Amino acid sequence: MSEQVPPLGEVDAEVAAVAAAQRGTLGAAGSSAAVGAPTGKDMYLRLEDVGKTFGSVVALDGVSMDVNHGRVTCVLGDNGAGKSTLIKILSGVHQNDSGTMYVAGQPTVFGSPKDARDAGIATVFQDLATIPLMSVWRNFVLGREPVKGWGPLRRLDVAQGREIARRELRMFGIDLRDPDQPIGTLSGGERQAVAIARAVYFGAEVVILDEPTSALGVKQSGKVLKFVRDARDRGIGVVLITHNPHHAYMVGDEFVLLKRGRMTNRWLREEVQLDELVSAMAGGAELEDLAHELGA
Amino acid sequence: MTAGASAMADATPGDPAAPGNGPADRPDERLRHQPLWRRILVRPSVSAAIAAIVVFVFFAAADATGTFTSPQGVASWMGVSASYGIMACAVSLLMISGEVDLSSGVMTGSTGLLLGILVSEFGWNFWLAFLAVLVFAVGIGFMNGMLVTWTRLPSFIVTLATMFVLMGLNSGVTLALTGQVRVGGIDEAAGYPLAQWVFGSRLDSPWAFTVAVGWWLLVIAVGTWVLQRTRQGNWIYAVGGDANAARNTGVPVRRTKVSMFITVSLAAALVGTINAVELTSVSAGQGTGFEFYYIIAAVVGGTLMTGGAGSVIGASLGALILGMTTLGIQYAGWDSTWRFTFFGLILFWAVMLNIWVRDRAGGGRR
Repeated sequence: MSEQVPPLGEVDAEVAAVAAAQRGTLGAAGSSAAVGAPTGKDMYLRLEDVGKTFGSVVALDGVSMDVNHGRVTCVLGDNGAGKSTLIKILSGVHQNDSGTMYVAGQPTVFGSPKDARDAGIATVFQDLATIPLMSVWRNFVLGREPVKGWGPLRRLDVAQGREIARRELRMFGIDLRDPDQPIGTLSGGERQAVAIARAVYFGAEVVILDEPTSALGVKQSGKVLKFVRDARDRGIGVVLITHNPHHAYMVGDEFVLLKRGRMTNRWLREEVQLDELVSAMAGGAELEDLAHELGA
Repeated sequence: MTAGASAMADATPGDPAAPGNGPADRPDERLRHQPLWRRILVRPSVSAAIAAIVVFVFFAAADATGTFTSPQGVASWMGVSASYGIMACAVSLLMISGEVDLSSGVMTGSTGLLLGILVSEFGWNFWLAFLAVLVFAVGIGFMNGMLVTWTRLPSFIVTLATMFVLMGLNSGVTLALTGQVRVGGIDEAAGYPLAQWVFGSRLDSPWAFTVAVGWWLLVIAVGTWVLQRTRQGNWIYAVGGDANAARNTGVPVRRTKVSMFITVSLAAALVGTINAVELTSVSAGQGTGFEFYYIIAAVVGGTLMTGGAGSVIGASLGALILGMTTLGIQYAGWDSTWRFTFFGLILFWAVMLNIWVRDRAGGGRR
């Protein structure tokens, strides 16, 4: 496997090394990147020729990508391209039945979403990330609430929960005045930020964002992209799933294009221009045919 | 939710409480501080309290016997409210977690009947029988919860089935064992004196509150604490608000919901036992139809039918309204069946008041 590794990964070796050093975690990948011998094996999460079939339907085939700390990997594709299947493999809902997934250099199969979470891979689903009626801080600590006291008197540490939410969101540039505000009163972009900040706070190495901008307006999308950049700068590996090549191009370090379940293109940042990305995404030749047919 | 957010944005221009301590270049003006009176008024339990005062004044005015505001009268309707209220607290917890239990009313009958049959037909010690009733209640609650979460059928269907099965068993088993539709002689059981003190005693006249009121207050205190101050409480809101999002963040959705079904059944065991001890006999039809009283009380108190919002205090205020109405109608000299009409009107208008107050206060839903 390692012989066929394409020369990806040099790009952001520095960033990754710095990020890993800052975080003080992940000895293996961080230190070997630091000595300046980056290969694909140093990537925290790596897919090689991953595929998945459901009965006779090939949902995903031959997908390879690298995800690492301080780096944004964009997965582009139209509806039905296999993005959801890919997310589900990465987050442990499905298991790939061909190819290999490496986590920190080790071939890995996630048996359940919990396995993925334990491996530091957090998935932020577009509309399924927060509970609208609950307050911001309760959402933030949900599932891993800080507690104090003992035995039957074990209780939520409310003050600490509020403080965590306020502090962590400030790092993403959100000045939270009232952590008791229902999260539904925040804008869509800010709700995404809460979900991202929560994943980062609870020790995610990699955050997978499922179409974070698709339901948002231009301004809100811009905010979310800024949160993506902030997460990257804090040394998080980001997988950005999107069908918007403009958004992807603004933050991406690596681009993977899926079409009808297959990976059709894979570029590093410096290998591709925006118009090329847009054209490949839109179907290039197909689009020209369409324009011709419509008599344009 | 969007509606709530935009309603708030609409209501805020010229708000005197506009923040003065924020940076001038705040990117999003929607994160505005709410004045205290607004934050109080948006709580649904406050409008339930207002409704309770209205109902109190109404029946105090309609009182034909001079009993409603007398110590005995107050103690009486508090007693009725307590038996609704203990259940309403548990039912509101279950509803906040996004489910409903239509077997809760009949369960207060089943548990009382089981207790009565064990002590009078089989001669068990009261406390041993009480233990068996608790085990039975946990079993029924567990079964309801597991059936709902495994089959993914709506809890309306599953618990409707449970309700009818239990309703048949209540009559059938009671008739087969006692030859009557009633189980009596609970006061002859071994261990009854202590039981009478724990479940059936009352204060001295004139303020003759039953011990059930004490149990109710205990349930309110524990319920509120669990809901507001424990992880379990956070999970109850979360699984009712959005079960998928809760699951994605690692909340044990099934366990949370099943434990709420068990909570309702245990509350039914408590109420069934209190009724059995107070009356020393239980009829086979006991509790039938009461499940809707509990749901009405919870909804009047601001619990959302769809889950994710509500409070134990609110549900208790709802139960208080129903309790005052039940006896207020009798003290007014009207036929007691008019209570159904009142319950219906109260349900509708209390919910309307709830929404109106919330919109006037212009806050997001809680």
